[in-house]
Amino acid sequence: GLFVWHLKNTGIRQIPCQFVHLCRVANNRLITFQYFNFLKRMYVTQYNKDLSQRAKPKSDSVASPFRELQQLDQEKKVIHKIRPILPVHQPLSETSSRNVLREVKSAAETEDSVTPVRAESKEDKEWKEMKLRLDDLPGILARLSKIKLTALVVSTASAGFAMAPVPFDLTCFLLASLGTGLASCAANSINQFFEVPFDSNMNRTKNRPLVRGQISPLLAVCFAASCGVPGIALLTLGVNPLTGALGAFNIFLYTCCYTPMKRMSIANTWVGAVVGAIPPVMGWTAATGSLDAGALLLGGILYSWQFPHFNALSWGLREDYSRGGYCMMSVTHPGLCRRVALRHCLALIGLSTMAPVLDITTWTFPVVSLPINLYISYLGFRFYRDADRSSSRKLFFCSLWHLPMLLLVMFTCKKSFLEKEDKGDLLGESHGRAMEIRLP
Amino acid sequence: PPAHSCNDWIGPPDKHSNLRPVIFYVPPEESPLERRLREARQEAQACDQRFWARHNRAFRQEKEEFIYSRLKAKGLEMRDEAGQKATLNAEEMADFYKDFLSKNFRKHMQYNRDWYKRNFTITFLMGQVALVRALRWLRWKKKNVGN
Repeated sequence: GLFVWHLKNTGIRQIPCQFVHLCRVANNRLITFQYFNFLKRMYVTQYNKDLSQRAKPKSDSVASPFRELQQLDQEKKVIHKIRPILPVHQPLSETSSRNVLREVKSAAETEDSVTPVRAESKEDKEWKEMKLRLDDLPGILARLSKIKLTALVVSTASAGFAMAPVPFDLTCFLLASLGTGLASCAANSINQFFEVPFDSNMNRTKNRPLVRGQISPLLAVCFAASCGVPGIALLTLGVNPLTGALGAFNIFLYTCCYTPMKRMSIANTWVGAVVGAIPPVMGWTAATGSLDAGALLLGGILYSWQFPHFNALSWGLREDYSRGGYCMMSVTHPGLCRRVALRHCLALIGLSTMAPVLDITTWTFPVVSLPINLYISYLGFRFYRDADRSSSRKLFFCSLWHLPMLLLVMFTCKKSFLEKEDKGDLLGESHGRAMEIRLP
Repeated sequence: PPAHSCNDWIGPPDKHSNLRPVIFYVPPEESPLERRLREARQEAQACDQRFWARHNRAFRQEKEEFIYSRLKAKGLEMRDEAGQKATLNAEEMADFYKDFLSKNFRKHMQYNRDWYKRNFTITFLMGQVALVRALRWLRWKKKNVGN
């Protein structure tokens, strides 16, 4: 979930609404690269006027923040959250396919980018007929399923698949990605189904389809079922039962544990972090068929990442959380919030060092990733010490590029399984044989 | 909404509750099941409206009181020389947010339970109504085809 903070005076600007097309992925590096670029464009261009933007404005984007900006005299921050796939508490991880982790109340839930559309805000004040129009349906379903967040979730799953020490199997990869994406859509839809009155009261989420009455709850549930069932079936039958089970478990965790827990206890953040950690694990198990140390390490990295990401994000949303009745660390235990964020930044350094130990990457990886891990830890420390908006924002924005970069570096430092075969020579297999290995 | 419309209409968000009111269409031959659905939705809407309007009003009021008392403790007025409304920074407000959340925790728990119950009931009724309508349409189709 990326949140973009807009100050009133930035005026109306075209915001690129890029939707990364992850099709034709033959190379995982392309995915992570595109993911990184996508994030960069989404967020960086808001502040950098020089970057040319290719986005075309979404015709049905929500313009609620702008309406308020224009109406109110006071400064109002518009927060748009885009959920990163990473299991941000909102973010991209919500379920197996890695639903957005917590919404961050922030978190990676990808929402429509802000597009200044004056006409939209006027339309918003009118009474609308509650009739479903077929040509609006794709846009509505995209928003219901938090499609951008889903895309990010699918990319973390792809990263998991790419890091697995097996020959790359395109069919398996595509099936796993599709299944993960469908499961993510299902989980996100159910999440929105559960949260209608709360979403109406929070700035970030008040333009969701169910809140606006563009779709009935029944249809939302049917859509969720029609995505979730085929998605999990695809994962179980087309990939392997372990991945399917993880997917189903993640949907359950996100919709039945994380979503209600958001209003009951601050422990929701930890559950949400797990939700975010599962998609890369799923990618790995899709490739290898088993849950080994590498999968857990990758999941661990995403788990740890969630905390600086979400905690920094939630720091600026305390008012909305308090009024909406959401139990978040940033409101009830601010000291803990900052400590946990810092702790997990440091944990990332440790986890990156474990990667070569587990034979997933070469020793280049902890060395090359040390600068970015140190930088995010530094920002985490600043956040811990200063506890103000500017340090929380810096940490949040850093987390947005930190993860794609870390995954990219990890992929480039991936230990070739041929090398491992060579070194180990345990089974006395030839190189040729190694190439033919195809996992079920 | 226009008189000839056969659908529900949804309006802009309410000023106090931020919820969008719905005007329900009552079809001339409304079945008992459909009536149950409509009444459930109306009642849910009323409950939600009551809760959130009251809750948001309380929030605004308590926030004002908090700001006033804190400013007073600091020896400041509500408005400074320029006539601008004085505000507290985020860290000072954090105490209020934490307090407000814990004070209203039980109220939210109760509301959550009610909301989930209502949501499931309404969606289930919608499913039943949709099923009945679909069967009726199929029967009508068969009858027409037969003729």
